[in-house]
Amino acid sequence: MTTTGHTATEQLSATTLLRFATAGSVDDGKSTLVGRLLHDSKSVLTDQLEAVERASLGRGQDTPDLALLTDGLRAEREQGITIDVAYRYFATPRRRFILADTPGHVQYTRNMVTGASTAELAVVLVDARNGVVEQTRRHAAVAALLRVPHVVLAVNKMDLVEYAEPVFASIAEEFTGYAATLGVPEVTAIPISALAGDNVVEPSANMDWYGGPTVLEHLETVAVSHDLAGCPARFPVQYVIRPQSAEHPDYRGYAGQIASGVLRVGEAVTVLPSGRTSTIEGIDALGTSVDIAWAPQSVTIRLSDDVDVSRGDLIAPSSGVPATTRDVEATVCHVADRPLTVGQRVLLKHTTRTVKAIVKDIPSRLTLDDLSQHPAPGQLVANDIGRVVIRTAEPLALDAYRDSRRTGSFLLIDPADGTTLTAGMAGESFAAEPPSAPAADAAADDQGWDF
Amino acid sequence: MATSVASVTDGTGGGEGEGTGGSEAPYALSHLDALESEGVHIFREVAGEFERPVILFSGGKDSIVMLHLALKAFAPAPVPFTLLHVDTGHNFPEVLAYRDRTVAEHGLRLHVASVQEYIDAGTLRERPDGTRNPLQTLPLTEKIQAERFDAVFGGGRRDEEKARAKERVFSLRDEFSQWDPRRQRPELWQLYNGRHAPGEHVRVFPLSNWTELDVWQYIAREGIELPEIYFAHEREVFNRHGMWLTAGDWGGPKDGEPTEKRLVRYRTVGDMSCTGAVDSEATTLDAVITEITASRLTERGASRADDKMSEAAMEDRKREGYF
Repeated sequence: MTTTGHTATEQLSATTLLRFATAGSVDDGKSTLVGRLLHDSKSVLTDQLEAVERASLGRGQDTPDLALLTDGLRAEREQGITIDVAYRYFATPRRRFILADTPGHVQYTRNMVTGASTAELAVVLVDARNGVVEQTRRHAAVAALLRVPHVVLAVNKMDLVEYAEPVFASIAEEFTGYAATLGVPEVTAIPISALAGDNVVEPSANMDWYGGPTVLEHLETVAVSHDLAGCPARFPVQYVIRPQSAEHPDYRGYAGQIASGVLRVGEAVTVLPSGRTSTIEGIDALGTSVDIAWAPQSVTIRLSDDVDVSRGDLIAPSSGVPATTRDVEATVCHVADRPLTVGQRVLLKHTTRTVKAIVKDIPSRLTLDDLSQHPAPGQLVANDIGRVVIRTAEPLALDAYRDSRRTGSFLLIDPADGTTLTAGMAGESFAAEPPSAPAADAAADDQGWDF
Repeated sequence: MATSVASVTDGTGGGEGEGTGGSEAPYALSHLDALESEGVHIFREVAGEFERPVILFSGGKDSIVMLHLALKAFAPAPVPFTLLHVDTGHNFPEVLAYRDRTVAEHGLRLHVASVQEYIDAGTLRERPDGTRNPLQTLPLTEKIQAERFDAVFGGGRRDEEKARAKERVFSLRDEFSQWDPRRQRPELWQLYNGRHAPGEHVRVFPLSNWTELDVWQYIAREGIELPEIYFAHEREVFNRHGMWLTAGDWGGPKDGEPTEKRLVRYRTVGDMSCTGAVDSEATTLDAVITEITASRLTERGASRADDKMSEAAMEDRKREGYF
């Protein structure tokens, strides 16, 4: 391939990628924070800024409303709210960012869950004047449930509390304590004023008592190791590549994206659910043959033996094979407008495998504000978080979500029209939670997880 | 000042800009590798779950990168999809030549939906402004119906325009190809739900998370050949609504629109009636990347008339079934 050796190409191609999500309400100034990040990191270009200035003037505002940078659809512009997850892109010389910008209203829990599902970091915004409110606790709970590795507490509107350190310190303390009870591994608290620009991109002259990084500095330097490579290796097979051409008469490769861990040539592997064993003969990493590959690389794996492998199977090292089960207990977020009910027949999509399933039980619904459990709700409606017990028609090689966000997550789908009903996380809800009571369902073939 | 902050990274040093993470060092991916891996994953998902996928291929840079990812995703086997081009009749000859060369080189099959044929048949009417971009929707949707395509790959990127920022990777369309933003399914983790009713199809956007700069960097890294109009060249152009348009029999220049020879290149390649050229001396990929890095205008703002129609223009066209 061409290597140009030019700084523009070389310097930029060495950057890493961070996916992060924001949570907070319109009133907390979230759109302004996002607008400020884009604007001050020079990611807003002239024509976008002109459009915002035009629209701001049209609304009778005299300064450009940075929040307008992120309003997408007409319905939102008319109502002045954000109704869906929007993705934003910006870059600094140090890193490329993908921001899942999610609305903070109570009825949009599902959007925050969606945004957090792929995020390695979540920014939770609070208004310095109001401190930690119910909604803040809800956002912390979603970040904890979705196991977002890094949480940032951005205490906004510090300009309205005279940039007073004690205000910030007490909010930070309360939030960090609460997050710890949820098992959030790490919280970084930053005092900011999105409107004035303090500590978003530029360090604040008004808060010299704060010695930490600005929001952008933190985003640029936080480790993007979500420990995917440190987990046991999991390789869900997406597609079987068999050219059957004169050039490659016998080539048989299993294409997929490594969901977690590291795979090496020569490693003994087991194919699930069949349990057949073989050895990795070769790894083709999109055009080059390699000895080692890791998550989240897309590769093609060749095995030494002619075992029967197809889409939906999972290849794992024989030294660390996941249990297979037909009984799934999980915490779910219901994302559809129609409810999920006990006895409902659904499809369950886990990695590359989709199987028939029945909702055996909905033991409880969770109120995110105070984490109180409501036993036997009978059904879950849109934006509900709850526990479900599911029986599948075929065995799944399912990990606990706490061990792998990629092989511990699943969707429930309505077989009638394909609607995505529910987002599921196998195993227990919160890292710091006491184990929940086991469901009254029949014993599984293998014990799935320790409850 | 120490608050109850658990860990603040040191933030020193440049390079990878990594903090105290530690565990990722040997197993990091560059942003281009991460985006490539994600794109390949999307292509393979579609191959595994759909019967009749097709790739929208115009010979523009985004569709070229899409095809490149598809070739990588299935190598050493051929790409298991056909290609589809919606030809407005006003395409740049250099781009059509590139399209045909590429199709032949990889032994692919190309479907063409022709706007001109619809105009000749009286089904579509030429617009007063000569722009044919909005006329692409009907030939596209009818071709999808006629060929029973169930997955249609598009090169759309979320960074292009505000309505696209809300687009899913798998975007469900009804039998009229309409996009209803409220009917789109939540998309979680890397679990794409492609199930659909007969007659419906899914638009798939493997480059959703790429930016213009990512696309160019990837083209440079992979050494992908592009149509020559992406690089600086002398061209007879005239100015309309502040854009340099190419002179041609598609409807320009009109009286009072003097033409001049300028050194220009194209940042995006739509068709001649709506794609403006930008003044440029960049004759190499590196020069182009340097220019983009320094540019203060977004790609579409600089060169696309179709997005400027109204603040909600793209949203409306997407609802009707546009790309």
